[in-house]
Amino acid sequence: MEPFDLIVVGGGLVGAALAWGAQTAGANVVLLDEGDQAHRAARGNFGLVWLQGKGVGTPPYMQLSLHAGRMWPGFAARLSNAVSFDIGWRQPGGLQFCFSEAELDKRRDVIARTQADGGDIDISILDRADLRALLPGIGDEVVGASFSSLDGHVNPLYLLRALQQGFQDAGGRYRPGFRVEHIAKEGDGFKAVSPTGGVAGRRIALAAGLGAANLARHVGLSMPVKPERGQIVVTERIKPFLPFATNCIRQSVEGTVLLGSSHEDRGFDDETDVPTAAALCRTAARVFPALAEATVVRSWGSLRVMTPDGRPIYEESARFPGAFAVTCHSGVTLASVHALEIGPSLAKGQLPEHVSSFTSGRFDVHQG
Amino acid sequence: MFTRVEPGSASLSGGNVLDFEGSPVPFRSGDSVAAALLAAGVSPLRETPVDQSPRAPYCMMGVCFECLVEIDGRQNQQSCLTRACPGMIIKRQHGARTLR
Amino acid sequence: MSSLRDAIVIGAGPAGMTAAATLSEGGARTLVIDEQPAPGGQIYRAVERNSDNASLSAVLGSDYADGAALVARMRASAAELRFSTSAWRIDADGTVWTKADGKVERLQARTLVIASGAMERPVPVPGWTLPGVMTVGALQIMLKDAGLRPCGRLVLAGCGPLFYLFAAQCLEAGVSDLVLLDTAERANLIPALRHLPKAVFGHGPGYLRKGFSLMAALRRRGVKIHRGVSNLRIEGAERAVAASFRAGTHTMRIDLDLVALHEGVIPSQQIARSIGCAHRWNEEQQCFLPILDSMRETSILGVFIAGDGGGIVGAMASAHTGALCALAILKRLDKISDTEFASRKAVAQQALDAHLTIRPFLDRLYRPRDEMLVPADEVVVCRCEAIRARAIRDVVRRGCLGPNQVKAFLRCGMGPCQGRMCGPTVSAIIARETGQTPDATGYYRVRPPLKPVSIGELASQYEED
Repeated sequence: MEPFDLIVVGGGLVGAALAWGAQTAGANVVLLDEGDQAHRAARGNFGLVWLQGKGVGTPPYMQLSLHAGRMWPGFAARLSNAVSFDIGWRQPGGLQFCFSEAELDKRRDVIARTQADGGDIDISILDRADLRALLPGIGDEVVGASFSSLDGHVNPLYLLRALQQGFQDAGGRYRPGFRVEHIAKEGDGFKAVSPTGGVAGRRIALAAGLGAANLARHVGLSMPVKPERGQIVVTERIKPFLPFATNCIRQSVEGTVLLGSSHEDRGFDDETDVPTAAALCRTAARVFPALAEATVVRSWGSLRVMTPDGRPIYEESARFPGAFAVTCHSGVTLASVHALEIGPSLAKGQLPEHVSSFTSGRFDVHQG
Repeated sequence: MFTRVEPGSASLSGGNVLDFEGSPVPFRSGDSVAAALLAAGVSPLRETPVDQSPRAPYCMMGVCFECLVEIDGRQNQQSCLTRACPGMIIKRQHGARTLR
Repeated sequence: MSSLRDAIVIGAGPAGMTAAATLSEGGARTLVIDEQPAPGGQIYRAVERNSDNASLSAVLGSDYADGAALVARMRASAAELRFSTSAWRIDADGTVWTKADGKVERLQARTLVIASGAMERPVPVPGWTLPGVMTVGALQIMLKDAGLRPCGRLVLAGCGPLFYLFAAQCLEAGVSDLVLLDTAERANLIPALRHLPKAVFGHGPGYLRKGFSLMAALRRRGVKIHRGVSNLRIEGAERAVAASFRAGTHTMRIDLDLVALHEGVIPSQQIARSIGCAHRWNEEQQCFLPILDSMRETSILGVFIAGDGGGIVGAMASAHTGALCALAILKRLDKISDTEFASRKAVAQQALDAHLTIRPFLDRLYRPRDEMLVPADEVVVCRCEAIRARAIRDVVRRGCLGPNQVKAFLRCGMGPCQGRMCGPTVSAIIARETGQTPDATGYYRVRPPLKPVSIGELASQYEED
């Protein structure tokens, strides 16, 4: 098997999507993952493929996100067929709720700026009456919402499982419990070294989330990522009542209702706290007063992977060609691009042209 | 399935009666709702939201959550941890909670 | 008066009651909470209410009635008691979030005594989710709490002290159609006997005598006992109607009206896990135990575990562990002198040790069969989400190394019981499949809420900042 065509370091949503894409495009790929206690951003992902307002003020990121959103239906169909279980992908459109006229005005502003940036997405404003017609249980405090039919949602955990399983079914080599501590140049390729052994490959992609920051230096890359804590609260199963994706409440295919999510700078602390859970619950009960009776089954904190500007990094090392950095915090929304375009492209040893602007060099300017 | 060690310690003639799905169920003072229902031969108490399989109390000490019922309009309540009270209205829990 | 208490005791069984009484008598400001409506825990459940009930007392025996004295001692102390109160979140800094009658409250203490006791080990056999299948402990609770005994054909399947005790109590209570399926492995006897010499010390002989007299009573009354039972399977569509099993070389099937399972008890892990107390696998008891020092303090300063939650020791021993925790706390609070601490500690320790001589023998004799610990593919492991062992093995073979990834991929442990019923089995299956040790495999990461709390109740804690 060795050397592999491509080593992917990191078995989370980003790494698994790249590995699946590269393997199904014909490359011979190894996916290196940690064990049960890995910081798994998928666990903290709310599961939205959320496009309205994404990348406002940053046209390339907006275009990439919209592009990813358009690829999602085909991607989900292909993946679900391959693994024969439902990954929970639905595209009913998304609602962002507003509790005041001022919040509604902000959404109007987002729509205007999206148009100004050339974003090809329909976002409309719904007033109280429109919303009530769609969702009879909506609370009186909600004055309106913005709506886009392009928004969808998915179970991030099933998405990860499907990618890993599909990758293995396509002949990919999945190595869990392989914590990469060092990367060395070897011949015309690379060697990823863990305490238990080494794996050789012609090319290497670093998709190890928060763990990539240190590894990147070994191959002349810069991945200045930091953790951002997100807390989520989830309820018992409830009969279907919310046939939309929304910014703060998501009902899964199984019926559980996720309330999310917070954005906290707490270092590597992934615990939960009551004030944050209380705030999430309060919002949920304002949107759907009947939810107040529902039982909370679990809450959790998880760490997102944040670059300084919140946008992805896609970059090939100048000093070590064949070594790539791939990281983002929108591991769900961008999964379609990672799986269908970037993975296959990495199999050929390059990044797609349309992501070439997302290099880490953009951070140097601000540091000077 | 169950009977009282002391016959007659729960009867419909006393005030200790609750309502299960429209039928009167007597209980002994201090009974949990789950015990009262089991004593009256009620089973199952719920159907799971996952595959609608019938379930009845398993552990009687708050661990298994198999005894979930609707009590006085509140759904998915642990009947083994709730003391029976006169006039309580108990209903079977059919699958997942309904948002009302 | 400040709202900061010296100690909060979670659970009012023998361990919690002793800890609370000892703390209060020593001058520590102590609060006890329990989700049951009355003190006693499961072992002394409803003991106050039953004290003047002659017929039930005769059935339950004197060991049970003895619990009343402990309840009285706690009631006589200055400890504040809150029943029908659940602790849905407990933090390592001594914060306890409670819920009682729909009202949420935040409490604070310098130290915590977790005395949440044990639960019966899950017994995943085919058909165990059917109505009409309960645990032996559940039936005993119904007897204590509601004076209810089974009628019709009752099958008890399992082994261990509670199993035989309850069988005898059934006879006293008038159960006439009783069949015992004794699942204890005959091969356990030889290795168990190695621990017998130790059991001649302390209270060991007393425990052994009780055991023998229970067995003799069952024999005398002509109870049908099948020994060496394996391959247990509960049959039925809407409810349990029969049990099939192997006994020796015979395959048998018997009709039944009610079946109760019991393969011993294991510590309730939820609270200690959620706080982050370190745990270690215990091969003798075949379960994870919190790591405790000699005064039963966990890896987290100020958090103590009393009773069976720290490892299965039984009711009498649990009480003494409660005393040890309380003494350690009293000393830390400067409520007792070093000499008083030393002498009282020695007394409690000696009393505790006398009850422990029997444990290694019992643990080995009644070690559950492998088929109960790592069930066959078709058996439901996660009752809430209806996840079978096969599905767990499938994802493990694809590279899941631990229970948290299995949970994420299957929803196993995500239902209302929050993984309490499947956790031990899931970790055992993974360890077996991967060849990892149980410690390397690990356990579910337990997160709050520990007990049901509603969105509205959580929202009530919202504070504008």
